[in-house]
Amino acid sequence: MLEVLDLSCRRGDRLLFSGLGFELPAHTLLHVRGRNGSGKTTLLRALCGLLQPDAGVIRWRGEPVTELGDDFNRELLYFGHLNGIKADLTGLENLRVAATLDQDPVTDAVIIAALAQIGLAGFEDLPTRMLSQGQKKRVALARLILSKAPLWILDEPFTALDTDAVALLEALIAGQVASGGAVVLTTHQEVALTQGEIRRLDLGPAAPQ
Amino acid sequence: MLKVFWCILTRDITLALRRRTDVLTTLFFFVIVVSLFPLGVGSERELLRLLGPGVVWVAALLASMLALERLFAADYDDGTLEQLLLAGQPLSLLVLAKVVAHWLLTGLPLVVIAPLMAMQYSLEPIAILVMMAALALGTPVLSLLGAIGAALTLGLRGGGILLSLLILPLYIPVLVYGAGAVSVSVVEIADTQPYFSLLGAFLVAALILAPPASAAALRISME
Repeated sequence: MLEVLDLSCRRGDRLLFSGLGFELPAHTLLHVRGRNGSGKTTLLRALCGLLQPDAGVIRWRGEPVTELGDDFNRELLYFGHLNGIKADLTGLENLRVAATLDQDPVTDAVIIAALAQIGLAGFEDLPTRMLSQGQKKRVALARLILSKAPLWILDEPFTALDTDAVALLEALIAGQVASGGAVVLTTHQEVALTQGEIRRLDLGPAAPQ
Repeated sequence: MLKVFWCILTRDITLALRRRTDVLTTLFFFVIVVSLFPLGVGSERELLRLLGPGVVWVAALLASMLALERLFAADYDDGTLEQLLLAGQPLSLLVLAKVVAHWLLTGLPLVVIAPLMAMQYSLEPIAILVMMAALALGTPVLSLLGAIGAALTLGLRGGGILLSLLILPLYIPVLVYGAGAVSVSVVEIADTQPYFSLLGAFLVAALILAPPASAAALRISME
């Protein structure tokens, strides 16, 4: 589904990686590994088009993503370091906005069920600023339950989560891979899958210029 | 399309209503700046009548400037802006929704309170009406143009000052014709028509050109 050819990115004067290439078919999880500062987040941001790579092509179903534009964005779910939820809105309102933006409108009952599944039953009407760090992250992760996007790009999704939530998230990722989606993920912990394939990509320390 | 526009519009208005201070500071800033002038220059009627239109417009310019910084900054800080960029919707449409919400919250209150402000300058009722109409046409242009600057200076340190330097010069045409319309209406009401045509033209041009420009600027700022 996703194909990367000869990708290179730099931040300021520092070349983070170059000549990077990989392929990500359906039913696959790509685990991007590397030390702090090795360019994991940069790679993920480049993959979803938030950042222009210096060179290289990213293809989605055979077409360069620069030409697909919004069509590619609709097939993609990005989960970054920032949760992307509004502190003054309730969990329900946040997810309602996210669902409308993804253009798959869902009923409030579905959202409440998703929040309950992620362990936030009874918190749906509370502004998210009243929630703890981990709970905010859970609200953001509820998007994964609602999402129909075939490609998930997750940047350190496991931070600030307790063991229950980690298990739940692992199950969600496994479900996505099993149902024919693709997942790109950075994390410092090991991930296990019951179905599908795990590929690993190691980003080395930045080459000295 | 319309649904997404409406969704962002209501989201921003809900957010602002939950944090009313942000909206009220802009309005109070406008009221205070306009009220300071009569206190400073004295109560001579003719002088105030001459100064009034310009002062109200400059205050409106500064007030809308004040609110602009927050247009994208909050969304940038909590990561919702990233999500807007990746939503798979035309970004200009989302930007337009945000700007419309911003105008409803910061521009429209200025239009509504303008008659009260104009009374301090003993403007004629007809001049007050012209001022309201001119503000109603002009302040959306300020919000639209300002959105480009807000997008360009997003995430920069000291972005607020830079934003003023970048955007205030672009506000000059709106100021000239907006204040001009009010000044002319004191003499002859029929002469205001070209001023309104020009303000309307600015508004149409800004409506068409500003959202894509802001969207492009946002993409650059997010890198």
